[in-house]
Amino acid sequence: MAATILIALSVFGACVVETVEALTIVMAAGFTRGWRSALEGSAVALLCLAIVVAALGPALVHYVPLNVLRLVVGSLLLVLGLQWLRKALLRASGYKAKHDEDAIYRREVERLSSQPRTGSGRDATGFVISFKGVFLEGMEVVMIVLTLGLSSGHLEIATIAAAAAVIAVGGIGLAVARQLSEVPENAMKLGVGLMLVTFGTFWSGEGAGVRWPGSDLALLVLLALYGGVAWLLVRGLGRSRPTVQAAEAS
Amino acid sequence: MSVWRAGAAFGRFWWDFIIGDTPEVAAGVAVIVVAAWLVAVRVSTLAVVLMPLAVVALLLSSTWRGRRSS
Repeated sequence: MAATILIALSVFGACVVETVEALTIVMAAGFTRGWRSALEGSAVALLCLAIVVAALGPALVHYVPLNVLRLVVGSLLLVLGLQWLRKALLRASGYKAKHDEDAIYRREVERLSSQPRTGSGRDATGFVISFKGVFLEGMEVVMIVLTLGLSSGHLEIATIAAAAAVIAVGGIGLAVARQLSEVPENAMKLGVGLMLVTFGTFWSGEGAGVRWPGSDLALLVLLALYGGVAWLLVRGLGRSRPTVQAAEAS
Repeated sequence: MSVWRAGAAFGRFWWDFIIGDTPEVAAGVAVIVVAAWLVAVRVSTLAVVLMPLAVVALLLSSTWRGRRSS
């Protein structure tokens, strides 16, 4: 039960982060190139992503042994999770600039406004920009949905959590007609990164033959360990940063 | 030619996705998983302790590398 809740939360959080990023691109394309093309590009991208999940999900379950699946997807989750966590830690401690949706939106609007329109109907640039934005951001979510869903045997829950996040963020964004820069993206990225590293360690370990004591309960122990290390790192890095600046100034 | 270009783009997508600007993470995870398998074959309880510690060490070293390069 705890594992199922963690999986739903991980997928929902990852999907919210990626949807916010995709929404910024769709909004920029919509306002500068027309809504019809932007929404059509997003819809086609979402359809392509759904086809990838529907095609790959059952095929992997039927043809790949569970241990091999867990070893491969666990390792992939561990890599993805460590990348997310590392980036979030560097941002939280001030070593890396935070993801600024407003700045990205302004840059995209400027870039798209400077390109001439072709004809009066569907705008190819708006369609392609929206499609690429949604598809590329969505592929990361698809990987997380597939890896978490297949390894746990809860692909439906993972898919529903992802769909709920897309509907919630996309719906709010379109309703208020602006990019969502107030979403605490870095905190969510840090939380999702922690959960991906936890699941990645657990499943790649199981695939490699490690028998975790307490079975699924070990997930909570791993999450607490990684959470503690992340907290110490943010504090430690945050404290050392002003010292470096002071040293440079002196 | 277009098939070759599509294949190259597909490969580049996966390279960026998994390796990107943190090759040490992908390499470290590969080493950790192989080491966990080698240890688990002999003493599973040792792997239970060593694997998370190795992940923590990888996170620390990669974040330290990111801190230095930023």
